[in-house]
Amino acid sequence: MSSESWLSRLRKGLSKSSSRLTEGVTAVLTGRRLDAEAIEELEETLILADLGPSMASRLARTLSQKRFEKNVESREVLRFLTGLITEVLEPIATPLIYRSDKKPHIILTVGVNGSGKTTTVGKLAQQHTKKGRKVMLAAADTFRAAAVEQLEVWGNRTCSTVVSAETGADAASLAYKSIEQAKSDGTQVLLIDTAGRLHNKGNLMAELEKIVRVIKKIDPEAPHDCVLVLDATTGQNAIAQVEFFQKTAPITGLIVTKLDGSAKGGVLVALADKFKIPVHAVGVGETAEDLQPFEAHDFAESLVGLEIEC
Amino acid sequence: MFDSLSGRLNEVFEGLKRRGTLKENDVDLALRDVRIALLEADVALPVARDLIKKVKSEAVGEKVLKSVTPGQMVIKVVHDALVEILGSDDIKLQIPLNPPGAYLMVGLQGSGKTTTSAKISQYLIEKENQKVLMASLDVARPAAQEQLKILGEQAGITTLPIIEGQPPIEITKRAMQAGSLGGYDAVMLDTAGRLAIDEALMAELAAIYAQVKPIETLLIADAMTGQDAVNTAEQFKQRLDLTGIILTRVDGDSRGGAALSMRATTGCPIKLIGTGEKLDAIENFHPERIAGRILGMGDVVSLVERVNESVEEEEAERLAAKAKKGQMDFNDMADQLRQVTNMGGLSGLMGMLPGVGKMKKQMTEANVDEKMILHQQAIIQSMTSRERLKPKLIQASRKRRIAAGSGTTVQEVNKLLKQLTTLNKMMKKMGKMGNKGLSRHGLSGLGMPGFPPGFGGV
Ligand SMILES: Nc1nc2c(ncn2[C@@H]2O[C@H](COP(=O)(O)OP(=O)(O)OP(=O)(O)O)[C@@H](O)[C@H]2O)c(=O)[nH]1
Ligand SMILES: Nc1nc2c(ncn2[C@@H]2O[C@H](COP(=O)(O)OP(=O)(O)OP(=O)(O)O)[C@@H](O)[C@H]2O)c(=O)[nH]1
Ligand SMILES: [Mg+2]
Ligand SMILES: [Mg+2]
Repeated sequence: MSSESWLSRLRKGLSKSSSRLTEGVTAVLTGRRLDAEAIEELEETLILADLGPSMASRLARTLSQKRFEKNVESREVLRFLTGLITEVLEPIATPLIYRSDKKPHIILTVGVNGSGKTTTVGKLAQQHTKKGRKVMLAAADTFRAAAVEQLEVWGNRTCSTVVSAETGADAASLAYKSIEQAKSDGTQVLLIDTAGRLHNKGNLMAELEKIVRVIKKIDPEAPHDCVLVLDATTGQNAIAQVEFFQKTAPITGLIVTKLDGSAKGGVLVALADKFKIPVHAVGVGETAEDLQPFEAHDFAESLVGLEIEC
Repeated sequence: MFDSLSGRLNEVFEGLKRRGTLKENDVDLALRDVRIALLEADVALPVARDLIKKVKSEAVGEKVLKSVTPGQMVIKVVHDALVEILGSDDIKLQIPLNPPGAYLMVGLQGSGKTTTSAKISQYLIEKENQKVLMASLDVARPAAQEQLKILGEQAGITTLPIIEGQPPIEITKRAMQAGSLGGYDAVMLDTAGRLAIDEALMAELAAIYAQVKPIETLLIADAMTGQDAVNTAEQFKQRLDLTGIILTRVDGDSRGGAALSMRATTGCPIKLIGTGEKLDAIENFHPERIAGRILGMGDVVSLVERVNESVEEEEAERLAAKAKKGQMDFNDMADQLRQVTNMGGLSGLMGMLPGVGKMKKQMTEANVDEKMILHQQAIIQSMTSRERLKPKLIQASRKRRIAAGSGTTVQEVNKLLKQLTTLNKMMKKMGKMGNKGLSRHGLSGLGMPGFPPGFGGV
């Protein structure tokens, strides 16, 4: 077999196999259980949504145990599967709650490069200023080119004050300074934006640890929320991200961005199962308004393709 | 991952060999482990499925059954298939024949387009002797144009002056004009991030493409991408004639299955990889390395290459012998730190060793990293030669003296002392892994136990 022909056949095969799956599940029953092929198709749907092989096979196994009605429609089967996933996700759907007793309520955003931290800070600022709260943004990303300018645009858009330092300055000192300033000028919500960092970089994670330590020096309870911003296009590496960031910072929950794209963010199910880590909200676009509450059931439906199929 | 994968496969095949017959079902069972490994590495499902099919036909053959280590043989078959899909190395960037030639950088939001624009520009200037103009067509993201401008200033690369409110198509026109008038060889066009399903923005990109007819249209994609890599790459490919893919954040610890998925669906070569945030963190793509990484085998080839480049064989042997016994002193540590800095950092080095994923985690936790290395070197320099040979001598007052001498703190000195202990422990463990030891191929001997020599090599 020549390599040419194999590769070209592979390529042709790819478009075929992905279209087969979007046709949805044809629930074929053997007795009153789903047949092996149907189970496999469902499992593959889950894998394609990034749930990962072990989570997908676990759900498929549960599905294979289930006894359905004689003439069950595929929609019914998908609903059942949605229910299974919702059960995993429901407990972790917890919105960010503003605490007026904290002056200020400090929210720290962390995550790998380009995941959407700065944009999410802008979106959160919008939610608070809309409710009439005084908001401050701290540009603790002192590394990336134009990180400060980017946050300043968000400050303007949302009528929030921006505290910044020059590029290369110490991020922890900036965070410290921002808290002092926020305390003295009656800021109610302080959002601290940090530089993107890959979780396997020791020096950058040490910097984050230091930021947290310095914040705690002023207020041992702070940061009141520490949000890990996760890109929905991320695959199984999200598991390592959560694991490592949790070790370094007191992560209180996730915000999952870019769910307006074609990626489904199914790794959340694996994360929910493994870490029971709360999901606070989802990002669905690039404007200030594009932050929505995380709805377990809706999310589960989109993973199995129920919201468009049938 | 690799160790456990090959271990499991060996078990399965051992059982089969004893029975003497090989049924299709048995092979399927064994290949299920391979499939899981691929999916955990984010290889797209359709790609994984077809790969398994191909491997199966080869795995049933004599070669595997007769092999002493059939599990590893199967992995070799998989590995070779991965390398085949990933394509050959050294696919260079096109250099403009009729200047100015345009380079169009496209991709999803946050994938690394702006950073990579500056990286490639610098590469073209330094390695290809080109005169490069950079322009940002991103009017969507806040401060996107400033970002490229600042990167240009940092690296001494000219950027097109920013005119507020000008739409992308107009900026493109202006950039190409400035490119011709200024005698530039190349015009680097950084575009706004966009979703492949965003019809309006994809149409805009197609219009820009038609306008400049780029010599390179590069999809910038994150190495951490999951199953969606296939959709995204396919859709960008449909709208634009992509000439290549650049994979970013390869310095992370993702297994990088997205590389395989995108290469397989689009047929576009992976031209370069991004390995850090700094502008010189861009490297050539080597299929064997990503293939090894997808299978969790570690980057054996890179390791051998880099080790050969920067470590004298004899010195390595001496160090290795000591390391294996866990008897390194601060002289050795200083040597090692120096070599490690030459090899691109300790974490980089650890990541290339097969089977040390866990230790790499420990290293990360122990904060063994580049900046730290500088501090550590300073601390060691402040020690007396006796202290270097006998770390146990270093007690309270000596610690204070060393800290003061190196401009660090006693805590840092303590940490380094502890690290030497940890390192010795780890090295002892690692020494046990390699049955041939470190001597024959330098550090590469640490590699895969009992593995056919040359496997994974070029
Ligand atoms: N479509 C879409 N794009 C988003 C979303 N959130 C952020 N983005 C885009 O993603 C890109 C990166 O966002 P940033 O907020 O700069 O990301 P970051 O994590 O701050 O990046 P670094 O600071 O460089 O690590 C920008 O182009 C954003 O507009 C989202 O929910 N949907
Ligand atoms: N670790 C690492 N970080 C990278 C790499 N390439 C880019 N980055 C970082 O990723 C983040 C986003 O990079 P950008 O170049 O702004 O991405 P972009 O695609 O231009 O983003 P948008 O214009 O918002 O779509 C920044 O924090 C970069 O420093 C890489 O190879 N390794
Ligand atoms: Mg940012
Ligand atoms: Mg950009």
